[in-house]
Order: sequence, then structure tokens, then C-alpha cells
Amino acid sequence: MNISLFIPCFIDQYYPDAGIGMVKILEKLGHRVIYPESQTCCGQPAFNSGYWPEARAVAETMLDAFRDAEVVVGVSGSCGAMLKVFYPELFAGHPRENEAKALATKTHEFSSFLVNVLDVGDLGAEFPVKATFHDGCHGRRELGIKKEPRHLLSFVKGLELIEMAEAETCCGFGGTFSVKFPEISTAMGEVKCASILETGADLVISNDSSCLMQIQGILDRQGKPVRSMHLAEVLSHSMK
Amino acid sequence: MSTPEARQFHQDAERLTHDLGHRSLIQKALGGYYKKRDEQRDKFSDWQAARSAASAIKFEAVNHLDKYLVEFAEKLEARGTKVFWASNGAEASEYIASVAANAKARKIIKSKTMTGEEIHLGPALEKRGLEVVESDLGEFIVQLREEAPYHIVFPSMHLSRGQINEVFQKKLHSPRADTPEELTMIARDHMRLKYCEADMGISGANFAVAETGHISITENEGNARLSTALPKVVVTLLGIEKIVPKLEDLALLLPMLATSGAGQAMTGYNTLIGGPRQPGESDGPTEYHVVLMDNNRTTLLANAEQRDALHCIRCGACLNVCPIFKNVGGHSYGTTYQCPIGSVITPHLRGLQSWKHLSFASSLCGASTETCPVKIDLHHHLLQNRRNAIAGKRVWWEKPIFQGFAWFMNQPALYRLAAPMLRLADPVIHAIRGKAFDPARLWTGTRDLPRAPKQSFKEYWKNRHASR
Repeated sequence: MNISLFIPCFIDQYYPDAGIGMVKILEKLGHRVIYPESQTCCGQPAFNSGYWPEARAVAETMLDAFRDAEVVVGVSGSCGAMLKVFYPELFAGHPRENEAKALATKTHEFSSFLVNVLDVGDLGAEFPVKATFHDGCHGRRELGIKKEPRHLLSFVKGLELIEMAEAETCCGFGGTFSVKFPEISTAMGEVKCASILETGADLVISNDSSCLMQIQGILDRQGKPVRSMHLAEVLSHSMK
Repeated sequence: MSTPEARQFHQDAERLTHDLGHRSLIQKALGGYYKKRDEQRDKFSDWQAARSAASAIKFEAVNHLDKYLVEFAEKLEARGTKVFWASNGAEASEYIASVAANAKARKIIKSKTMTGEEIHLGPALEKRGLEVVESDLGEFIVQLREEAPYHIVFPSMHLSRGQINEVFQKKLHSPRADTPEELTMIARDHMRLKYCEADMGISGANFAVAETGHISITENEGNARLSTALPKVVVTLLGIEKIVPKLEDLALLLPMLATSGAGQAMTGYNTLIGGPRQPGESDGPTEYHVVLMDNNRTTLLANAEQRDALHCIRCGACLNVCPIFKNVGGHSYGTTYQCPIGSVITPHLRGLQSWKHLSFASSLCGASTETCPVKIDLHHHLLQNRRNAIAGKRVWWEKPIFQGFAWFMNQPALYRLAAPMLRLADPVIHAIRGKAFDPARLWTGTRDLPRAPKQSFKEYWKNRHASR
């Protein structure tokens, strides 16, 4: 299959390893990976802040970038939800509404694509670690992803997954919310981190790096040794 | 400029998020709720199907409000109830005060009504020299403390036993009490007399049945039943959205409200009021009034995108799962209806520009939408409120930021320079993090930032193809 990668801006800038992990996995499975280089940001910061015309201007670049894509796979649940759920809303009544709908249909979040489209489970990964999984809200509630990452992780040799009590509770990131209401965002993050620490895990995994930026940011500030990794990094850990 | 309402929210939220005692009190209270709620949900053969059915009932009612309201009023009037249509809170308060004046009432016993809170009915009547006593235990406690209900279902959930004992000792001159039972007995002793003395009762409503003209009230203390049965004159105040088409609709909605609201199969007392005392009956009020209030609900009704917010049955389930609520508490919102439903509807009820900050004070996690028993699309409505607020009035300092953002993200060549720039700036970013002059302090004040990686994904991709 010809798979076009959707690498959101902050993954590109701060978490390239999540994207690289995804490339390794998809190529190992024998697919041709394409990266349309004109992509930048999905426009979510402007969209969530109420600046829809500005968000649309950015989103149009994405429509162009993926116009000829056969299938689009994104490495972030949140930005994936932007393309899949919110683009049709953002372009409702707009001349490019049909293009937005077409992109929404052919876009998939990474773990959901592996499990539900490619029907993959065991990727041959090995990673001896005690880990817990954080469900990003957009992935969980906009895209309905819950069992897919756990299914993939269940095949990782040596990885022990310990569920935290508040796995589905928001980490408090929320994009611009995190800096508009830093006090609330941080309090939510503290609750999340306490739940992570309770499990005794050494690693927190998620399919959303934006949540991990919040979680790791608080854990680091608290001086806790727990590390965080994107699911794609974990699954490609032992791959060359 | 931010509004006074927004400034108050920021200040209170800042204070409450640092109050770890408050956080653990609320977490503990809700921990018990989650367990009971899940047990009750599991007793439904299909909770999701029940949600769809409940949502369909409210959709039908809200989208044919004109028909059902008239049907409801006619049925009530046929049995001697006086129905008053109030456009706003002032009209509703004025009418209820006039009922009291005509009946020469001096003492009023009131059961819980959020609609009454919405229009500040209690204080409005007290201003006219009437004694108003709240008969719901939680409401009674917050009334003694002279504060607003903290939560639409659990008005005093923010208070410890010690704080309740304190206010009872101070205001009721009661002896020290340590157990919930002792505290309840103190309130009950005080209240019994008030029921007997009251010459007027006021209640709210959970549902209004159009088919039969019945008010449905559901409660756990029996206080609403007493407040509407003992006094000679009784008034029920409700918002026009409380309508359901048929009596049988209650068979689904009452258990769903009990499950979502308090984790109960059914609430303790379920009362149907069909009118005043009928000929041949020996008890019940001789005069019964129903006040149907709009108070900007029709503004929401006219909004096709968000009309489903009128489905709300005020169960409070969305508050209970909201991570914002759990950290900032109910009072920070400064509204009768707290987030998430409050953040959705308050801008419609009280003005978008004054209350838009509540729609921004959300991580859009969607937990509320997932739990809502009548499937209100809560977090997407917050997004729509944000869009409408900005379309109406752009924030002067945000406007250039987002215009710049849109311009920058559409310059792939320029964007490619971001990664080397970030690497260059990285040591500085980390040296000044959290300091007073750090431009990223809103993030770095409480959280670390990741270090810039050796290469961006774009650089990785370019290098990979160059080396092949």
C-alpha cells in the first residue's frame, strides 16, 4: 500500500522519533511510505481558539498536500481527530468541503490503522519495561481508540503493561488551554501524574505526543524518574 | 480586556487549584459516586441504547415545544392550576411574590430548584420581607452559609462535616455534632417546625408531562413532597425545556436521572403533582401555580446547532466527570449551572462576550459528552461558542498571533528554518525557563519543556533520501 505520512508540526519539531518509528514499522510491513513535504500544521491551535478562517487557511495547505494520497496515516490522535472529525466541520459550506470530507475518510490514526486496517498484532518488538498507557482524549473519544494500542503492546516481549486508575482522564494539555489556563492545566496534569506514579511503572506510553509533553513536563519538574514514549517508538524499539 | 466575570474565574480557579485539601475532598466524594453509577449503569440491559432513547424523547419535546407546552398548560388548567408564562426571571419572581402577597403569606418553605437559583428567587422574596427556608439539606446548609450551591445536584459537596457542624452551631445554636446522622437530626428538628408554619411552598420540577399535565419531582429526602403537600398555597417554577411528551417517558428518564445523578436505581421519593386539591379530596394545597419560564431558553431553541443543550435533565453527571470541575470546584464558575453544561448554556442565557471564558476553560476532553445520559454534544458546543465569540469580537492581541500563525504555516520554506532555529535557541530556552522574563512562562512556570532534538522529522526525511 502507498501510505502518506501525516507528521504534525510539534512531532516534526520536538518528537521526530515518533514519526521515524512509524516509518520503520510501516516499511517493515512492506508498505511504500510517502511523506508530502509541503505539510506543516493541521491548524488545530487556531481552530480550538475560535479562529476558524485562519485555521481554514492552514488546513487548505493540508488538503493540497494530501490531495493525491491513497491513504493518510497520522502519528497523533489529536491531530488525526482534527483531520478526521473537525475538517468536515471547519469546511462545512465551503467550496472545498468535499475535499475535506475525502481527506477525513482516508485518514487514520497510526494504532487504529495497524490493527483495524492492516490487521496487524505482533511486530516482533522487544522492550523489557514496566509501562502504563495514557489514552489521549481525542484518540479515545473522537476516534474511539482504546483496545488498539493495548493489542499492539500485548505482543511486545518483556513489556509489562500496568493500567493506571485514571487512564482515560485528561492530562490537562488541551492545546492552547495549557497556556490560557496554566493553573488548571497543571492541576489536571498533577492528578494524571499521581495516577501514573501509583502504578510503579517506569515508562508511560501514549499515542499522543502532545499529552506526553504535558505529562513529561510535570514529571520532570517534580524530579520523577519516569520516562515517556510514543507508542510508535516503543513498537519500533528493537527495529533497525 | 477581559471581563470582570473572566477575572473572577481566573482568580478563583488559581486559588482552588492550589487547595489540595479541596482537591482530595472532591476526589473522595466522586470516587464513591463513580462506583455506584457504574453498578447502576450495568443494570441497564444496554446503557447506550437507553441514552439514545432518552435523547430521542427530549429531542421530540424540545423540537415541538410549542405543541407540548400548550398541551401541558391546558391539562393543568383543567384541574384548577393557575399557569403563568414568564419571559424572564424578573417576571417569574414578580408573579411568585404577587401570589405570596395575595395569600398574605409570610413564611415560605422551598424545595430545591436550580431554576429558582438561576433567577435568585430566594433573595428576591426575602427582600419583600418574606421568610424563605430551603428544605433540601444541602441547600439548607449553603443557605445558612450564605453561599450559592456548589454543584447542581450536591449543593454542599465541598463542605466537610466539621464545617457543617460549625455553621449549625453558629446559626442554629445547636450542640456539637460529629456524625452525619446527628447533623441530619439537627436539620430535621429545625425543619419540621418550618413545614408546619409555612403558608406557602415553592418547588422546582424535574419533568413536566405534557400528555397528562403532571409535574414530576424526584428527590431523596422527602422534603419536596412535604413542601408541596403541606402549605395551602404552592408554586412550582420550571424552565420551559423540562417538558416530556408522555407519562411513560418517565419510566426511562427517572431511572436514568437517578443513575447519572447519584448512582441510584431510583431516587428515594418520586412525586407527581397534577394540580390543587380536587373536590372530595382531603389534603393538598388549595391553590397551585405553575410558572413556565423562558429566561433566554428560546435563544438557545432558535440555535439549531446547539439546541440539544435544552435536552439537559440537570443530572450533574457531566460535572462529576469533568477534570476541570474537580480541580476548580463549583463556585469558581460564578454561574448557577457549572461546567460543562454551564459553560455551554450560560453564554446563551447571560451573554456570550461576558461568559465566553468558560468555553475556553476546557481541554475539550469529551468526558462530559461521553457520560451525558441525553447525549448533548457538550464539548463540541464549547468549540462552537469559541468560534462565535471570536467571530463576534476578536481578541486584539490574539488576532495578529493567529494571522501570523496562518501565514507562517503556509510558508513551507520558512517553516523548514524552524528546526535549526529551535536548536539554536534551545540552550537559552532552558536557561531562562520559568524565570520572570521567560516568554514561555505560562508553560514553563509549572512544567519543563522537551529539549530540541538533533534533527526534525523533515530533516530526517531529507537526509534519508540524500543518503540513499
